[in-house]
Amino acid sequence: MKDAINLALETGKFEARVQKIQKRIIICAGTGCVANGALKIYRRFQEIFTERNLPFVVELKEEPKEKSFYISESGCQGFCQMGPLVTIEPDGILYVQVKTEDVLEIIDNTLVQDQKIERLLFKNPNNGKACVGQSEIEFYKRQSRTVLKNCGKINPTDIREYIYNGGYSAAEKAYLSMTPDAICDEITYSGLRGRGGGGFLTGRKWSLTLKQNSAKKYIICNGDEGDPGAFMDRSIMEGNPHAVIEGMMIAAKAIGADEGYVYVRLEYPLAVRRMKEAVKQAMEYGILGDNLFKTQNKFTITIMEGAGAFVCGEETALISSIEGKRGMPAPKPPFPAESGLWEKPTVINNVETLATVPLIIDKGANEFRKCGTPNSPGTKTFALTGHVVNTGLIEVPFGTTLREIVYNIGGGVVDSKGEIDPSGFKAVQIGGPSGGCLTQEQLDLPLDFDSLRSIGAMVGSGGLVVMNHDTCMVKFAQFFMKFTQNESCGKCVLCREGTKQMLALMDDIVEGRADEHTLELLEQLAPAVQKGSLCGLGKTAPNPVLSTLAQFRAEYDAHVFQKRCPAKECKALLTPEIIEEKCKGCGVCIKKCPANAITGEKKQAHVINENLCIKCMACVEACKLNAIAVGA
Amino acid sequence: MNNNEEQVATEARQFEKVCKIIESYGKSESKLIPILQAVQEEYRYLPEELLTFIAVTLDIPPARVFGVATFYAHFALKPKGKYVIKVCDGTACHVKNSVPIIEAIMKKYGLTEQKNTTGDMLFTLETVSCLGACGIAPVVVVNEDVYSVMNPEKTLSVLKNIEETEGLNERRN
Amino acid sequence: MTTKNIVNINGIEVPFNGERNLLEVIRKANIEIPTFCYHSELSVYGACRLCLIEVEGRGLVSSCSLKPEAGMKIKTHTKEIRDIRKISMELILANHDQNCTSCVKSSACKLQEVAQKIGVTSVRFKKAVKDAPLDLSSTALVRDPNKCILCGDCVRACSEIQGIGAIDFAYRGANVTVTPAFNKDLAHVECVDCGQCMRVCPTGSITIKSEIEKVWKALDNPQKYVVAQIAPAVRVAIGEMFAMKSGELATGQVVAALKMLGFKKVFDTSFSADLTVIEEANEFLHRAESGENLPLFTSCCPAWVTYAEQYYPEFLSNLSSCKSPQQMLGAIIKESLPEMAKTKRENVVVVSIMPCTAKKSEAVKDEKSVRDVDFVLTTQDLVRMIAQAGISFDNLLPDSFDMPFGFKSGAGILFGNSGGVTEAVLRYLSNEADFEQSRDGGFAEVRGTEGRKEITYVLNGKTYNLAVVQGLKNAKELLKDVKSGKKQYDFVEVMSCPGGCIGGAGQPVCFDESTRSQRARGIYEADRMMQIHKSQDNPSIKNLYDSLLGTPGSEKAHELLHTHYHNKKRIRQDEISLIFAHNANTIDVKVCVGTSCYIRGAQDLLHKLVRHIESKGLQDIVSVKATFCFERCDQGPTVTIGKEILHHCTFAKATEVLDKQVKELAMKN
Repeated sequence: MKDAINLALETGKFEARVQKIQKRIIICAGTGCVANGALKIYRRFQEIFTERNLPFVVELKEEPKEKSFYISESGCQGFCQMGPLVTIEPDGILYVQVKTEDVLEIIDNTLVQDQKIERLLFKNPNNGKACVGQSEIEFYKRQSRTVLKNCGKINPTDIREYIYNGGYSAAEKAYLSMTPDAICDEITYSGLRGRGGGGFLTGRKWSLTLKQNSAKKYIICNGDEGDPGAFMDRSIMEGNPHAVIEGMMIAAKAIGADEGYVYVRLEYPLAVRRMKEAVKQAMEYGILGDNLFKTQNKFTITIMEGAGAFVCGEETALISSIEGKRGMPAPKPPFPAESGLWEKPTVINNVETLATVPLIIDKGANEFRKCGTPNSPGTKTFALTGHVVNTGLIEVPFGTTLREIVYNIGGGVVDSKGEIDPSGFKAVQIGGPSGGCLTQEQLDLPLDFDSLRSIGAMVGSGGLVVMNHDTCMVKFAQFFMKFTQNESCGKCVLCREGTKQMLALMDDIVEGRADEHTLELLEQLAPAVQKGSLCGLGKTAPNPVLSTLAQFRAEYDAHVFQKRCPAKECKALLTPEIIEEKCKGCGVCIKKCPANAITGEKKQAHVINENLCIKCMACVEACKLNAIAVGA
Repeated sequence: MNNNEEQVATEARQFEKVCKIIESYGKSESKLIPILQAVQEEYRYLPEELLTFIAVTLDIPPARVFGVATFYAHFALKPKGKYVIKVCDGTACHVKNSVPIIEAIMKKYGLTEQKNTTGDMLFTLETVSCLGACGIAPVVVVNEDVYSVMNPEKTLSVLKNIEETEGLNERRN
Repeated sequence: MTTKNIVNINGIEVPFNGERNLLEVIRKANIEIPTFCYHSELSVYGACRLCLIEVEGRGLVSSCSLKPEAGMKIKTHTKEIRDIRKISMELILANHDQNCTSCVKSSACKLQEVAQKIGVTSVRFKKAVKDAPLDLSSTALVRDPNKCILCGDCVRACSEIQGIGAIDFAYRGANVTVTPAFNKDLAHVECVDCGQCMRVCPTGSITIKSEIEKVWKALDNPQKYVVAQIAPAVRVAIGEMFAMKSGELATGQVVAALKMLGFKKVFDTSFSADLTVIEEANEFLHRAESGENLPLFTSCCPAWVTYAEQYYPEFLSNLSSCKSPQQMLGAIIKESLPEMAKTKRENVVVVSIMPCTAKKSEAVKDEKSVRDVDFVLTTQDLVRMIAQAGISFDNLLPDSFDMPFGFKSGAGILFGNSGGVTEAVLRYLSNEADFEQSRDGGFAEVRGTEGRKEITYVLNGKTYNLAVVQGLKNAKELLKDVKSGKKQYDFVEVMSCPGGCIGGAGQPVCFDESTRSQRARGIYEADRMMQIHKSQDNPSIKNLYDSLLGTPGSEKAHELLHTHYHNKKRIRQDEISLIFAHNANTIDVKVCVGTSCYIRGAQDLLHKLVRHIESKGLQDIVSVKATFCFERCDQGPTVTIGKEILHHCTFAKATEVLDKQVKELAMKN
């Protein structure tokens, strides 16, 4: 049997090694940076160190030579669009969009001679000023990175580094000096609410499960982050997997579970790998297993890969999936707290929620409550995407306004060409396919669970998609309808048939077949699906439609009654128009038109017969003079 | 004939692997999904005979195994191409124009939603709802390789390179 | 207890006591809650969303899945609820083939009934029905996917009542279907034709494969001598489709109706049930004496026989070799009637009226030139024929069965209920004193609705353990217990349908289990009214033995009344080729990898054999196949090499035989 871990001893050993390090090079190895070549850079550094005979290590297994360089990967640092990112510590220099050709220069100038390379620093897009590190970049400066703090700082593949940074001390505290009740109370008092979207009080969930009289209980970490446009859970699992494990250990002690599952989306292979590695290391170090911290408690974790079903993010569907069945939700009650995995009491928490738990146990609920709003304490990570300057993963206290996020952290809205457009803001979609839209009017709304719910949106898993005026809200709602329709498990009538019919109605609107009955029927069907569906997927599926109907009614009306798409996105509603001044009468468009809708004499401006036009846009593509515009 | 022989020989070996996979996970219904994943990894798809075999071995009805295999998007009951192209159509990629990429690939290779594998079994086109790489949208993944900030032209040239490495460029042109 | 078990429903206080869910409590308060997917005998599914109610503090919830709690305040028909129900119903109908006027289920369609009750007058949504082909492959059932509303009742019936799971959900979202594995036909999967899926189907998506037209054709043919036999369970249920109560005996009317339809003679399957009792009881006594092939399993239920043939070939020798009463009577009629009626054997047509769909497949099972039974009509089929002929059933004067095969004892009638066969056999075995006691409930242990009933019976100082199971899932559990040695029985009665034949899928449609218990009472009542209660006291039976059969178990009895069973592979597409030889002169090696051989190490053997063949370069002349089941599960692993069958096969044994055959083959060439 493994000896229980001595955290202080491990920390001391690691400290001695850290002392020998001259500079540390951290290469972001999140999915985004890897896609842009981060691993090549990582290898290039090693090659040059070797060529130059410079002392370096890639792992702090034992004490390195004096004045070594330490080069390591990190999890996602959130600033994906500027990747690959290379950070030099202790100087706090952040180089962006680094290429393999730059590595030699970084070693020569920055590592050996302590000189910054101006070219590789991030430039403030507003004033062109170079920013040395995170502390000078607006994107980071305005955030409160707590849960994400260690993502991007530590090496996720090395448990020793996690321990060195205070890791597993909260678990130790929970196992050695807290009763299950005390843990539940602390978490309840902290006001921590489920980050997966529901916003249910985590401590309450735990207390309910603790109360169940059962020899066997389970804790499940829900890493089936399926909302398109959200990737915070992926980043945490990739960048700080041990925080998730530690959170699960604390939850296990709190409810009396000895077995845990982490259900990870199949689309996140790196997260799966990192979590598996982390569990393996934790077993090797005697952190997981039997006699945790020399107590009688035991706890093990199994990593289970999903197989591609969004609905498995729903608790009961996820349980079915772990049991080897079709991921179809079951009616609640019974809640998993009473009867979950294999009919045993089960707690299911989201990745981010669990990663927050050690912070609360470590610093206390009072400290945690200092951040955020009274009913939604703490911070929340959001995936900021769409038409903004800075896209990426951000973490802000609950109560931060949308304006702060879009304009200060996000750096403002961009137009279709990527230029900053100060008046370009149209809306923000929050909460993915189960969420809603926020408009100009809500820019100063402090974001938290309750304020969002009050306007028919939800935090969801935290996707924030910024949209400019070129986005058609009707088409956008149709996109989400298509998504939920595709992902419906097909069990209950209202979701299976209801979303299908909703999508058919949305198609009619977008494709110009709608009339006043279409909208009427949509407005009757949507609330029925919302109220009557079996599970959360169905209950929230109409949200994007309902919310855009409420906020952008005029756009719907334009589509339905005038057969016009104001944002010029819905192809079926666009008519090509020949601009007389530009048309030289070459006849190319006449030949291309499959409907014989274009007429005109040679060298004279041509005309399109609207009644014959089938809106295929072949003429627009054919015209070399850009003389055919797409009107709305 | 020769081809057939080779195929049979491979099948025999892969069948052994199926047995080993089942052994390694244990003969329990709750391991069905990991077993199917591992079998698909091995075989690139889930042939009917193997699904039946798995059902019989785990003592569950074949209809239930079929139900599970058809529920999850990851499982393929038809063989996939050598290169699986996943175009992300998550929200972030969608607003950054992922649909034209999908359309361009379909057009170039004559694919449809129903027929998503090329006749020569080189490419399979899949649309995925989010790869969690929204910061570098739109994203295209070919097998293990992630390509960031894509557009139709860049995507087609990536695919063309693959065809060239496979020595297929002449045939198509 | 401080709070009473009371809920408030629409302002009225309603007590609850042990109900599983609110839906049942609300129904008790005389409020009908519509539902498709809730069945008291199946697990809760919660998918049709019609049973939504409003519970104060919880909003809208499905009443089928919520347990009653003291003090709940419930509303059952607010505007919101009515609107959602209507929309749900419209959504279902938009995806349903509304060919109602020509649908056989029309008069008993729950979908129609609920749509009417909810008040749906038009469907505002787009038609979403896919035009899928019908599955006509089965002898007993027809599946029409276009009428399926995906309530899943059939799926749960197949797996929860029968433990088979021949059909299940496949695909996802809007593409979900209920289908056999790999979209195969029903005839090519594990289905045993019990029809329980059809019994619970609220629409016409699963219906009976009808032979009505064939029967009409026979009746219309003056050359043919068409006779009918009626199973005991039919008489207590057919009246439900007319003005009678369930359980009320309609024997006389059925006989009269059949005569009007043109049947020359009408006989009673209860007669051959008496014959079954005698043959089976003697077989049992014989086995009990020798101690061989115990427990004896009854063989009256064709779905059970098919199930055993597919899943438990190792128990086939335990099945009674007796044919079912349907087949026995058919055989006796074909044997005796030609002479009695002065007609040719090939002109006699036997039509049986059965409560059961599996009887249809039983009738065609023996591929003899002259079948015992030519056509099988279910109770529902017969009602349809009566309607087609315009017969006013309710006003018919009762007629009586034809002799001699219309005379029966009460024991023969008991066959309609689960436990009936056992009780009849016990009556046969018991002495007068025991039997007198039984009439005051002495054999009560075998009656009732429990899945497995057990009774210990002492005869001539010897103790016998008997068991009665209904539902094949319960049979599976029992077999497991027998296999593991946990339980030891001498006699086991198995009926596939809940309640036995009275709950058969061919009976009139009923979604309410109280109907079933009324039918069961009707059977016991019919027995009570009989003058004779033991099969051996039936004078016609005595005559039959005297004139034709001789003694129970005689050679003639075996010829006419007994059968044998075959191992049937459950997976019919069952071979995986591993090495193809492409030489004309080849040796076929087949390794069984069915469950039981697998456990005994068949896989390992297979790997080694494949390697052996490859290493010796024998691929050209040896082909290796893995098959799913041979017939000898108890002696596995089983391997066939050429024509040799090797049980308890080891690698050494296999290679020895293989190498020998390879040598022989080489010499031959």
